[in-house]
Amino acid sequence: MKRQLTLWLPLAIFIGLATSFVLGLRKPDDRLVPSHMIGITVPGFALPAIGTDISGLSAADLATGKPHLVNFFASWCVPCAAEAPQLQALAAQGAPILGIALRDRPADMRAFIARYGNPYRKIGMDPDSRVQINFGGSGVPETFVVDGKGVIRYQKIGPIADSEVGDLLAALKTAS
Amino acid sequence: MIAEAGLAALWLGAALCALQLVAAVLSLSARVERSRDTFDTAPGGTSLDFARDERGLSGLIRPVAVAQAVLTALAFACLIAVFITVDLSVKLVVENDGVGRPLMYRFSGTWGNHEGSMLMWVSILAVGGAAVALIERRLEERTLIATLGGQAVIGLGFYAFLLFASNPFARLDPAAPAGQGLNPLLEDPGLAFHPPTLYIGYVGLSIAFSFAIGALVTRDVRPAFARAMRPWVLGAWIFLTIGITAGSYWAYYELGWGGWWFWDPVENASLMPWLAATALLHSVTVLATRDGLRAWTVMLAVVAFSMSMIGTFLVRSGILTSVHAFAVDPRRGSFLLALLILYIGGALALFALRVGTVREGSRFDVVSREGALVINNLLLSVILGIVLIGTLYPLVVEAFGDKISVGPPYFNATAGPLALLLLIVMAAGPMMRWRREQLGIIARRLIVPALVLIVALVAVKALHPAIGLWPLLGLAVAAGVGLASLAPLWGRNLRRTPLHTWGMVIAHFGIAVALAGMASDSAFTQERLVAARVGETMAIGPYRVTLANIAPDFGPGWTALNATLAVKRGAGAAYELHPLARTYWTQGTQTSETAIQTVLDGQLYTVLGASAGEGRWQVRLWWKPFVTLIWAGGALVAIGGVLSLLGRLLRERRNELRKAEVWA
Repeated sequence: MKRQLTLWLPLAIFIGLATSFVLGLRKPDDRLVPSHMIGITVPGFALPAIGTDISGLSAADLATGKPHLVNFFASWCVPCAAEAPQLQALAAQGAPILGIALRDRPADMRAFIARYGNPYRKIGMDPDSRVQINFGGSGVPETFVVDGKGVIRYQKIGPIADSEVGDLLAALKTAS
Repeated sequence: MIAEAGLAALWLGAALCALQLVAAVLSLSARVERSRDTFDTAPGGTSLDFARDERGLSGLIRPVAVAQAVLTALAFACLIAVFITVDLSVKLVVENDGVGRPLMYRFSGTWGNHEGSMLMWVSILAVGGAAVALIERRLEERTLIATLGGQAVIGLGFYAFLLFASNPFARLDPAAPAGQGLNPLLEDPGLAFHPPTLYIGYVGLSIAFSFAIGALVTRDVRPAFARAMRPWVLGAWIFLTIGITAGSYWAYYELGWGGWWFWDPVENASLMPWLAATALLHSVTVLATRDGLRAWTVMLAVVAFSMSMIGTFLVRSGILTSVHAFAVDPRRGSFLLALLILYIGGALALFALRVGTVREGSRFDVVSREGALVINNLLLSVILGIVLIGTLYPLVVEAFGDKISVGPPYFNATAGPLALLLLIVMAAGPMMRWRREQLGIIARRLIVPALVLIVALVAVKALHPAIGLWPLLGLAVAAGVGLASLAPLWGRNLRRTPLHTWGMVIAHFGIAVALAGMASDSAFTQERLVAARVGETMAIGPYRVTLANIAPDFGPGWTALNATLAVKRGAGAAYELHPLARTYWTQGTQTSETAIQTVLDGQLYTVLGASAGEGRWQVRLWWKPFVTLIWAGGALVAIGGVLSLLGRLLRERRNELRKAEVWA
């Protein structure tokens, strides 16, 4: 009898597995995966600009000796529009913000900035999310604190809430 | 026109697959009935019609399996044709076109996408089934019919998946004026070899799965069954080994991150079937030689292919985040999940119902060849479990509302020590006799390797006091186990040593070699990231590297910055390396083409990054001592597999000839 029961064990394990698959598939795609890159130097990259007035972004812009906020965003991303006021507030308090626009078009990006304001010192276009992957990011919007040597220090997944502006400023301060 | 022909061939293939299943079911049930009727029927047969019917059906099954494979392979050939001719009226081609790219990449681009690779998957499945139908003569006819029936059940589901959820031949009306181009990362010879070999391995395991189903249906789990199954498992395992080794090297040089294994979910998806297949390979030997481990072997055969299917599901459903993931479509995910539940759940239920009625095999002592193989199996299973848990843990935790991510530290810390233990068992196992062995004899045989292990441990620690614990243990174990794995050849006439023994020795030795490479890479790798001016010299490992020049360059579809690195080692002659930073103009994608110098004692790995401003360029350099041993070891393992397969097949052929002589 005992042997009979053990024989059903593999099926029972598989049913557990299949249940987690079903739950995983049914969940909306809002998985937050924290970056594995915290404490690691950002790999080299150079992203083109959207035009001549705002310059593009490369890894060298990060390794300037001062910490930066790197914000991944996109014109097609609704939460990005929602966090725009908080980014403006951060910029107003002197936080150097660099933008990386994911899978975007220059014209759409211009319209986005015209509508929601431009808190960014530089904006790089990342058409296939390569740089995002290199940062260990997985979603949009996402904001990283990168120290003066180009090492990732802090990651904020999802839009920045009003209450989190202070956290990011504090993270910038600890990174310097 | 070609696309329609391909689609038609695919539909016909699916129809034949259905016919194969029907024929299998009918002829199996007819046989059961006939065996019941035997006593009622007069000799000479009043039930002639019935008998003819039954023979017709089971006679049908082999040709149908072959025809199905021909049609499906034809469909795949049609897809290759529309990719090579860049037919922009086919939707899939538009999404992955290779306009202006070399012929080889247009060809391999066929399977660089979800639909194409899925068609390749199904084609291999069909060809594998046909191979069984054509070649397999040892299996009892009823079990063979059940096996081909099982193969047809798997096939039908995946045909349906292709035809209803992933039609590779869908047209675009009107045709697109231009395509979106191939992902440049896939524009590499690696794509031509890595997916096909890996898929042959994955899908080849379906044959073991179908064998297991066949054996469960007919309750025929005997050494003869294991001997019939072994070459198929071995074949699939060889391809898996090659596919994983090639994939690791491909990722290593193409991604430009300097790493060779990232514990990425998709890498794990290929490792898990390999672990299961490795365990199966060893347990099937116990069943074939000693008639032990019957239920366990059947179980492993089911698990191995289940891992392949779970891998396919993980890659294509977007359920886990990975660099390999294909375009994500939840409908496809649900479809695959339904197939998964049906097949794996069905097979495990059949296992639970039937295997209890399979007679238990022979018993054996704990200290014996069988005992060592059981420990090997347990360790492999535990490692498999660890990888599975690590890969799926984020998913399971998420079901409870938390979000986490499992990385290399988990896998290295848990699977690493077990793998070292496994290697020690691997060294001792082949020294033991079947059935029963005396502990003292084994201990004596292990003295020399153990001494080598200790000497290596002390020597490495003395030369490199700063080395970490695990790399140190890794190097020492590699030395001891490498030596011990050659032990089965000691005192033997090497010419008379059977080929499959050579195969085992070489494969085991290859594992030790790969371990040495891994340990050396993690212990001694040096890395430098420099913002260099032209003319500047950087030192790394034994090398002095001068950035001599940065020049523009171009090729089909891309422009690039081409760095000239003048490399000098000690007093040797200087030579040049040319890492590229490429930009593909169709997509604006940037890739870095690494330049790697392979020498006897390691590799110098160079990557050109972006401009760092003020006339400086980012140059990334790695010196990786003995890193090549990782893939050399993988290749040795595969070669060992091939020798073993050849040895078994040749011996069988000899035995058959001898039997034929006796009868003549």
